[in-house]
Amino acid sequence: MAERYISKEKFTRILDRLMSRYRVYGPVFGGMYHDFEVLKEAGDADLSFRNTRLSPKGLLHPHSERMFEYSLAKDDPEAGIVKEAAKEYPATLILGIRPCDARAFQLVELNYVTEAFQDPWWRNRRKAAVLVGLACNEPCESCFCTTAGTGPFDETGLDILLVDVGTGYVARAVSKEGGTLLGSMEGDAVPSDLTEESARLQRKAEGQLGKQFNVDDLKSKTVSELFNAPFWDEVQFSCINCGTCTFLCPTCWCFDIQDEVYKERGDRIRIWDSCMFPLFTHHGSGHNPRAQKLQRVRQRFMHKLKYYPEKYKDGIACVGCGRCVKHCPVNIDIRHVARLMSTSCTCPA
Amino acid sequence: MNNPYLPYPVRIRSVVTETEDRNLKTFELVFLRPEDEARFQYMPGQFAELSVAGLGEIPIGIATSPTEKGFIKFTVNKVGKVTHHLHNMSPGEVMGVRGPLGNWYPWEILEGKNVVIVGGGFAFTTLRSSIVYMLHPENRARFGDISVVYGARSPGLLLYKEELAEWERRKDINMHITVDSTNDPTWKYNVGFVPAVTKQKAPSSENAYAIVCGPPIMIKFTLPVLTDLGFPPDRIITSLEMRMKCGIGICGRCNIGTEYVCKDGPVFTLEKLSGLPNEY
Repeated sequence: MAERYISKEKFTRILDRLMSRYRVYGPVFGGMYHDFEVLKEAGDADLSFRNTRLSPKGLLHPHSERMFEYSLAKDDPEAGIVKEAAKEYPATLILGIRPCDARAFQLVELNYVTEAFQDPWWRNRRKAAVLVGLACNEPCESCFCTTAGTGPFDETGLDILLVDVGTGYVARAVSKEGGTLLGSMEGDAVPSDLTEESARLQRKAEGQLGKQFNVDDLKSKTVSELFNAPFWDEVQFSCINCGTCTFLCPTCWCFDIQDEVYKERGDRIRIWDSCMFPLFTHHGSGHNPRAQKLQRVRQRFMHKLKYYPEKYKDGIACVGCGRCVKHCPVNIDIRHVARLMSTSCTCPA
Repeated sequence: MNNPYLPYPVRIRSVVTETEDRNLKTFELVFLRPEDEARFQYMPGQFAELSVAGLGEIPIGIATSPTEKGFIKFTVNKVGKVTHHLHNMSPGEVMGVRGPLGNWYPWEILEGKNVVIVGGGFAFTTLRSSIVYMLHPENRARFGDISVVYGARSPGLLLYKEELAEWERRKDINMHITVDSTNDPTWKYNVGFVPAVTKQKAPSSENAYAIVCGPPIMIKFTLPVLTDLGFPPDRIITSLEMRMKCGIGICGRCNIGTEYVCKDGPVFTLEKLSGLPNEY
């Protein structure tokens, strides 16, 4: 696939032009942390960021989304009939998405777009989006992407991978769409020293990321063995069920559906939900299969590390972005839990 | 491809109060658009999301059989926000149905077999669908003996009373209706808990499958009885309930281990369930 060198100065000009063709999202510093926002000017994007606080999943699966609308007016002959809400899917470019987060889109898609059912909103937004990712030269301390099956320079989920080589970017087209897009960008042949620099940065970044656990070892125990393992009691002890982990996680896709009514009009909306909350599984009868905190904590880790790989035969539902590790208020660490799950050792690692 | 979250608009044709405590009502629904009805092809054991604009959706087993044309019906227990509202709705009002959802009882496998149905309380809805389906003249010859043990706490809490009486009179189905207790002197059927009556009537497990639906306590005590009668776990079939939202295996809440009850279920064999975490 094609490769180009684009100086930073040139890149800003290119981005300016792309903004007339695409709705461009990029990492924007909001005072406290970076998040993906629609760029108003090319300069809004801060590509010196490490990673965004929130994962970019919200760009395809918004935190709250109007699914349908309806009238409840008594004199409306269509009252009570639920109808599709008008939506647009403009061509979108996600700039600076990290390789782990792009890989997360693929993992979520295995659940959202299946042979039997397709989530129309996810599918349409995903189809309209081109991912111009940025390799991680400086992984965070909580990152473990290489352990989770991706990596700081992983191209898998991307259309174009950018590598920041100081003065500019080495841009590599990954997909056909990425090739076309890169072809439309002005750039130069990559000088051999920058090819070498890019490879050096990759080796360095990967070298900083140790092996945190062995994904294959998670297969060595059955669902029942892990479900009934004694270590969950220790893992769940400090959890306060705040849901921060699921909120920040790029592969946590669960949602609730609720009706909201204002006067004579209503919307059916979906909104992110979390397996950390008891209401998530609370039956109308009052029965709750996951009424206990331990059951909810176990569900989160089992889903990511055991149920998902068993069901979809692809990876684990974790890309090692480290957000849950970094922001858990009680320091629960999925790397530690994965080690407990993959070995018989129940001592703190 | 159609939006799998969008309910078909339907009109309530009739509402029947099923039980003396008035907590269960059966709603007969007709599709507003014939093309939706044509698309709604289901098998006994499947469920649908009933949608009430302004309140939300609830997953309910389909109580009609696909052999009954022109309408679908659902028996709804009054428990929460949507069901309370539904119980106050009247014939003529518009609501929505989304489905059919989930898998169904394994009719392909049940062909040529004797079928033992064990049901309790208001979990009899998809069992009614199954009985009506098997008794249909075009289908009856496809199945062997049909035995039914159906119980409720009292005679007034049985569902579909007229049909039960009609099935009692038929020769091609062995009905064992029971109540936990009654002081009705005219009660002419069994008295006793479903597991005890199942044990007493001892339907043969020879070339047979059992379909069991009911409250957890009934299932818990019925399973050993069926095992004693010689039903192996792969021939005991049950249907589970869970809190659901999407109904299509996406929203993430109704899983038992690797399986989504809404999409991979709600019908499971005991063999399959015993390999899953005990979290339902």
